Amino acid sequence: MRHVSRGPLHIAIIIICLLWMLPSVGLFVSSLRPRDVIATTGWWTAFTTPFEFTLTNYEQVVSAQGMGQSFINSLIISVPVTVFVVIVAAFAAYAFSWMDLPGGDTIFLIVVGLIVVPIQLTLIPVLRMFASSGLTGTFPAVWLAHTAYGLPFAVFLLRNFFIALPKDLLESAFLEGASHRRVFFRIVMPLSVPSLAALGIFQFLWVWNDLLVALVYLGGSRSVAPMTVTVSNLVSSFGSEWHLLTAAAFVSMLLPLAIFFALQRYFVEGILAGAVKG
Amino acid sequence: MRPRLATIAWLWVLPAFVLLGVFLVYPVVNTIYLSFFSGRGASVFVGLDNYRYLFTHPETLVVFRNNLLWLVLFTGASVGLGLILAVLSNQVRYEAVAKAIIFVPMAVSFTAAAVIWRFMYIYRPGQFEQTGVLNAAMVALGFDPVPWITNTAVNNYALIAAGIWMWTGFALVVISAGLKGIPAEVLEAARVDGANEVQIFWRVILPMLRSVMLVVAVTLTINSLKVFDLVYVMTFGNYQTDVLANRMFKEMFTFGNFGRASAVAVVLLLAIIPLMALNIRRFRREQ
Repeated sequence: MRHVSRGPLHIAIIIICLLWMLPSVGLFVSSLRPRDVIATTGWWTAFTTPFEFTLTNYEQVVSAQGMGQSFINSLIISVPVTVFVVIVAAFAAYAFSWMDLPGGDTIFLIVVGLIVVPIQLTLIPVLRMFASSGLTGTFPAVWLAHTAYGLPFAVFLLRNFFIALPKDLLESAFLEGASHRRVFFRIVMPLSVPSLAALGIFQFLWVWNDLLVALVYLGGSRSVAPMTVTVSNLVSSFGSEWHLLTAAAFVSMLLPLAIFFALQRYFVEGILAGAVKG
Repeated sequence: MRPRLATIAWLWVLPAFVLLGVFLVYPVVNTIYLSFFSGRGASVFVGLDNYRYLFTHPETLVVFRNNLLWLVLFTGASVGLGLILAVLSNQVRYEAVAKAIIFVPMAVSFTAAAVIWRFMYIYRPGQFEQTGVLNAAMVALGFDPVPWITNTAVNNYALIAAGIWMWTGFALVVISAGLKGIPAEVLEAARVDGANEVQIFWRVILPMLRSVMLVVAVTLTINSLKVFDLVYVMTFGNYQTDVLANRMFKEMFTFGNFGRASAVAVVLLLAIIPLMALNIRRFRREQ
């Protein structure tokens, strides 16, 4: 809009951005305020004297409310799942793109269909399986379930990346007698590092931010609960203890925010590849 | 040689197939089967009774209404806002920063977002100082504070607004990428032909963004049907805000009715199947 005055444009964008940041800023500011002040005044009054800030809320949620343990649990859940998904999906995606898989195209369409199947449709039978094998409430249960749930999208994403690799390069390797294993590890994997990173970040955040799967297969027990479950439990037991809730929510956001700001490029790349193609 | 090669190829996909079969395909079939049974362990065959209940009981009819509200408002507003913001931010030099700000909520969990928005919506009776942003603004503008979470006239919209806050960034990023894909010559040619910026938007940009916006709309529609965490944490489906996914959870764990829970899940699947077909068709066309 080169001929239009640009003042209103800037004002509109800046106002929208400020509005978008407001909820998160409010949460963060509040998490640093003492309990009695949060309960009686709005967080925006924190910037007027007397300044009252504290780290007590964080100390309390991390130790007494179990957010420290939950942080570790979230890591124990998310890291292995991310590794499993990337490896298993990479093998499958390679077979779909560069191997002679009879009926492969049809099967791949089924995988594309599975991407959107709501996991609600699996909860009851899988929960029963876990119950009869004694896995309910253990980390292996969520490792298995999360890995399976992440696969359709992961296979889809990686297959789209793999199939776009330079054909000549792979074919000349085959002509020289290279095995699939060799081509996979020596050519496809190194060339796909950015895509693997995008998938890994995506998958990690997806599992890190999950509530439903953890809630159903792990239950609320503190020794295994990830941060989403702990935060949700805090909401139902201390719904208006905002000094705890704000600090706990912010602790649960720390890692996703760090990843987002450090690796935004891969994050966006993953979203675009997944959305535009699928 | 061929059969051996095929066998090797199958080995490469085997781990994925086993996991998908055991944890996705089989359970889906089993859930459909269970939806025709009743009783605590879903052991008594009842035909379509569970479905009849869902489609006639007032409490579950509210669930359908709410998912429909989510579908229309969440999808519509996120796509609309995403489009507007993509077009606006495309014209300023700090575009990357603006997009990142709108996009950040995508990175955090629905659970954290639910806490953030419960905090935004705090309500205290009129005589007290308001500590929630929204009610403080209401009071400052001379209105009465509103109990956003419990007032059934507004609470669904309040929850949906939280969803829009989270997902507009997704729409923005994808639509913005589509916008960059429009060749500058096309826009230049339209300008040379005397089209003004508004005409260019409606007649050139919008038609060229159609397929990208459809992709975004499909993704958001699926999300609107599956929405769970926000509702679970903000209201647990109370005060008439329940949605399918949360209802299923309740049927499972609060009422222990696995048959009815399965029926809710199947309804969710039925609603998503047309979108799944759309995705598969588009994928085949792109091949």
